[in-house]
Parts: sequence; structure tokens; C-alpha cells
Amino acid sequence: MSNRSRDRIFSRLQAAGKPASSASAATPGLPFEALGLDERVDKLRGLMEAVRTEIHVVEATNWIESLKGILRKREIKTLLYAPDTAIGDALTKQWSADDGSDRLPELVVYEGAIEEFKDRLFQIDAAITSTQGGIAETGAIILWPDRKEPRLMSLVPPIHIAVLAAEKIYTTFSEAIITENWPDKMPTNVVLISGPSKTADIELTLAFGVHGPKELIVFILKN
Amino acid sequence: MANDIEFDFRQNVSRALKDKQLRKNFKFAMGNFILKRKQIFSDDRETEQLRTIGSAIKVRALTRLPLLLEQLEARCTHNGIQVHWAETTAEANQQVLRIMNTHRATRLVKGKSMVSEEMGLNEFLQENGIEAIETDLGEFIIQLNAEKPSHIIVPAIHKNKEQIARIFHEKIPDTPYTENVEALNAIARKTLRQKFFKAQVGLSGVNFAVAETGTLCLVENEGNGRMCTTLPPVHIAVMGLEKVVEKLADLPPLLRLLTGSATGQLITTYVNMITSPRKGSEKDGPREVHLVILDNGRSEILADPQLRQTLHCIRCGTCLNHCPVYTRIGGHAYGFVYPGPIGMILNPQVEGLKKAGVLATASSLCEACAEVCPVKIPIPQLLRRLRNESYSSDTFCTVKECGYQRNLIDSLAWKGWEFMNTHPRINAVGQKIMGILGPRVPPLGPLKQWTRYRALPKFAGKSLHQLVEEQGVENE
Repeated sequence: MSNRSRDRIFSRLQAAGKPASSASAATPGLPFEALGLDERVDKLRGLMEAVRTEIHVVEATNWIESLKGILRKREIKTLLYAPDTAIGDALTKQWSADDGSDRLPELVVYEGAIEEFKDRLFQIDAAITSTQGGIAETGAIILWPDRKEPRLMSLVPPIHIAVLAAEKIYTTFSEAIITENWPDKMPTNVVLISGPSKTADIELTLAFGVHGPKELIVFILKN
Repeated sequence: MANDIEFDFRQNVSRALKDKQLRKNFKFAMGNFILKRKQIFSDDRETEQLRTIGSAIKVRALTRLPLLLEQLEARCTHNGIQVHWAETTAEANQQVLRIMNTHRATRLVKGKSMVSEEMGLNEFLQENGIEAIETDLGEFIIQLNAEKPSHIIVPAIHKNKEQIARIFHEKIPDTPYTENVEALNAIARKTLRQKFFKAQVGLSGVNFAVAETGTLCLVENEGNGRMCTTLPPVHIAVMGLEKVVEKLADLPPLLRLLTGSATGQLITTYVNMITSPRKGSEKDGPREVHLVILDNGRSEILADPQLRQTLHCIRCGTCLNHCPVYTRIGGHAYGFVYPGPIGMILNPQVEGLKKAGVLATASSLCEACAEVCPVKIPIPQLLRRLRNESYSSDTFCTVKECGYQRNLIDSLAWKGWEFMNTHPRINAVGQKIMGILGPRVPPLGPLKQWTRYRALPKFAGKSLHQLVEEQGVENE
């Protein structure tokens, strides 16, 4: 049935579409001026803070100290993380060196597939993930979830913490797509995130954390 | 039949105009949207540039639509997404049901999708014993109250918080009455998290489908869309066939236009790009992704070089926000899934002029919609085209049931007008007579209706020819 429908739809489309001569004309891209590193950091920071993202620009060498402070302040008990990643290794090392005085949360691993991990996932306080990059022009981080950092890490826990290398912030979204050659290697899922989950569906009153994280905390690491 | 429906529309309009609360809610919300859009598109030149690019992308996509759809299908299939084609909404519904049945699934969570509204999917699934829960907050509110969206972006905008508080209190078990918006959101979060947790299938719409990579792009602020497309083991996406674009590089300008026009945002909280189901050792994401591509009249619209511009639409809703008619009567009065200016050009083409042609009359042709449309659809021109087609005797008219309004009196009147204007002597006599009798014509019949809100023009005592002759100007 579906195949016959397909044929009929295509025969109508083919009958309708007399390709115009301009069909192959390329569309000009959005004009933009490439920004310097500091400008990109500032722009992304300003825009993301305006939609209530908490941003910390820190030295790459001691960002975990700032993280610890934030975890303590929020009394986070469980932190979902991805071992076998640069961030995961750094956390494991710091956590094992701790003698208990830091009152650090328990590090939790995404154990097995979602079918087995679902119950636990919905009980977790916070998750920390890496990022693929950032976009200065609109203020957003780019996530390419994978086997190590599954998609729901940045969605289900009430707090999402993301780590972004300053030099991975692109001026525009187009630049990110072109520079990283996305068309040839789109993963299962890519997500751009600009802030915590929000809605204005009731009288246009802005409220945060309606379905996804209530808080988004981004560490921008500078070398 | 046609008159019955026209009568209904008129009745809807006058009922809406009398509803002070409704008008207040819309006036406030639409004013707000206009302001927010203006703030984000503050640089006129840049905005114009963006709109030109957006429009060009859609023109390019439509001129090679069959090719792009084939490419999309091939890429998706290659990526593991199963593609289904539906000529009608009934067929699309059956396809969704079949997927549900294959998985013996009875619980579905839904992200916001206008195409699913077009399909009447919720009612259909309910009749077939399936619970379909809307998870976008606005959609959730109106589903609880068994209503339809009144706006394509903010479906519950006709409700104020007191009304919503009452709905939650009455329809969600053990829910106290509260008008606090944060608290209302928390209630929705708690209720819907349980639904997400238990859902067997998630359904979503599609904002843009990229042919180059087989990627489905969805934008949202709440995160419910990501939940629906990630948590349940099966994801079904439904889209109109005009949603396909050629390449990933087309996304950035279109996204800017969509979110800027819709909600005055530079970017939504989430831009979700889905290219395949869960792969290999990945730990989450649906194991199956289905894409249902719906025609429902779109391929016929494509055949007309002028009307095909209707298919440029990216469903941002900004034409609703800027329409002086929509702002006063709200979405429900239009009686169709797509309200406002875009609905006024889309519904008559899909449903036929007899059923929906009357919608095209609800416009003063003020051009506000055309000025703000992010992909430059000349909505007022298309409205005039539909009005003409309603009365047309032309055998070349293309819209379903064109000429349905044609009648003897109109035809005679225009024949007479044509005759007068092609016979100068009779015209001169006629003008003299009208100069004398014109002011004394009693406002009866169609004139009565016409003059209800308009002043009757005064017929001049002397014609332009006469005046010119008297002043002695000749052939200058």
C-alpha cells in the first residue's frame, strides 16, 4: 500500500516540478565576521547567561577545583560521569585522591543500556559531559553524544554540567558545520544547547526546568 | 452547504469578538511576540538578507523536490531510519497504528507536531485503544481540556493562568488549585516524567529534514521533544513532504529565521538533530526510528507556480502574531488546524474552496503578514488569487472547487460593467444618470451589507472627461 502511495506521490511531484533554470544556483551564506578567541568567549558567555546558563571561564589546569565548589554548594549527592574520557579520567583521579574532607558526590557510571539504567538515571542529581564545541553568534554548546556519553546524560538529571574548550568555540553555526565537515560524519544525534530547559506556555511567563535540566552549568576552559 | 459553513465562520468570528477575556489574552500575547521579534531582528538590512536567503533555500528545495525526497529516503534508509509514504492523513494514521501494533504498544508520548494535528492522530489512536499524551506544556494543557491548539507555536495562548489552574486542579488527580506559574510547571513536569518513563513509543514532528545526510532537525525549548525522541525504544517522526531541505548548510539561516520569527529567540534551548536509531554499543536512543512523510494535497499545490509558494512555510507562526484579524478573533474561530494568514491560504487548497474558501475573506490585505514572513510568502497575493478562484469561470483555475461562488447576479453585474466600459456613448449616458440617481440609491441587498462598515462613495455630477474638456485641456 505504502509503495503504491509512494509512486503516486512521486508521479504527481514529477508532473508538477518543472525545474527552473536557476535550480542549481547556490544560495549565498550568511555574512559574518570571524571573531577573535576572547570575543567568541565573551559573546557566547553573554548570550548563554542571558538565558540563565551559569558560565565559569577557568584555567584548564584547575577547573576541577571550581567544580568541587559548585557540587558542594548545591549539595549534589550523585554525579553521572563518563569514565574513559579525558574529563572522566581527571575526575576519577581527583576523587580517589580525596580523603573525604571535600564532601564530594558519588561518581555514577551509565551502567548498561537505558533499559537497565532507566530507574537509576531518573534518581541522579547531576551529570557532567564534554562538548564538541560552541557557537558564539547564537550562544550555544554543541554535543555529540556517543557510547561513552549517552544522549540522556544531558537531558534527564536536573543539573547538566558541560565542559567546553575555549578554542572550540566557533563564530557561527555554519562555520562549525563546514570546518568539522559535518555532512560526511553526522553521528546518531547532535544537539545544540543554549540554556536550561524552559517554557513560556502559560501567559508567556518564563519558567525553567519544565522537562529537561533546571540548571545548565558550563565550564569554559582556557589554556 | 457552502453558505452553511460561511455562516459558521461568521458566527465564530462574532462569538470570538464578544469574548473579552479571549481578546485580552490574544492582544497581550501577540503584542509581546511582535515586540520580541522586533528586538531580535533589529537590523533591517541583515533581516532582509536573511529572508532573501531563507526564501532562496526554499525555492531551491521545491524546484527539486522529488529529487530531494528520493535522496532523503535513500539517506535515511541507509542510516537505518524506516521511511513510510502517506498520500492522505488516514493513511498516515494507519501507518502509525501499524507501528504501534507491531510493538504491541498502547502508550505513546508526543512532542509538538502540527502535522499530527492535521492527521487528527490523537483522536484516531484513542479510538484504537492507544493512550497518546501530549507532552509540550501548551499542548498538554489543551489536551487535558479536550481542546484544539489556537496558535501553532503557543497552543494554549488563549488560556490565562486562572483557567489553567482550574484545568490542572480538575483533570490531574490530587492536584491542588494554584495560580503560581512555577508551581503549575512543576505539576506538569512531575506528571509527564511518569509518562515519559513508561512510554513505549515517542512521536514527534520535524522542522527540517536534510536530504544530504538523512537528518531530522527539531527545535524546542522544553526538552519534551528530546525525551520523546530519545527515551522510548521506538521513535516515529511525521512530516509534511515540503519540510525537506537540500543540505546541512541550509540549516543555520533557516533556524535563525524560524526561532527569530516564532519566539524572538536567537536560538531555541535545544536544536536536536537525529540521523539514525541507536547504533552498535550506544546505550540509549530508540532502537527503531520511523519517518512518515505525508502528502495530503501538497503535491497538487506544487503544480501551481504561484500557489506553490504556500509550501515555503516553515510554520513559525509570525503571520498569526502580526495579523490584525487573528489577534482579534484567535485561532479557534478559523475552524481548521492551521489558523491565521497561513491557514487562510493553506486550508482552502488542501480542503477545497467549498469547505474552506471563506477563510480567504477574513483579511484586509494589509500586507503585515507578507512583510514579516521569514521565507517571503506573498500571502495577500495568494489570498486574492483564492478569492478570484472562488468566483472564477476560468477553466484554467487550479484550486479544488474553484468557481463555487460563481452566481448569476455577479456574472451579470460584471458583464454589464464590461459592456458599459467598452461602449463609450452608453457609458457617458450611464454616468449622467448615476450622477443624478446615485446618491438616491437605497442601500438594499448586497449594497446594504457592503455599506454596513463602509461609506457609500459619492458619484460625481460630472465625469472626468467633462471636467477636462471644460478646463480646456486637450490631449496633453
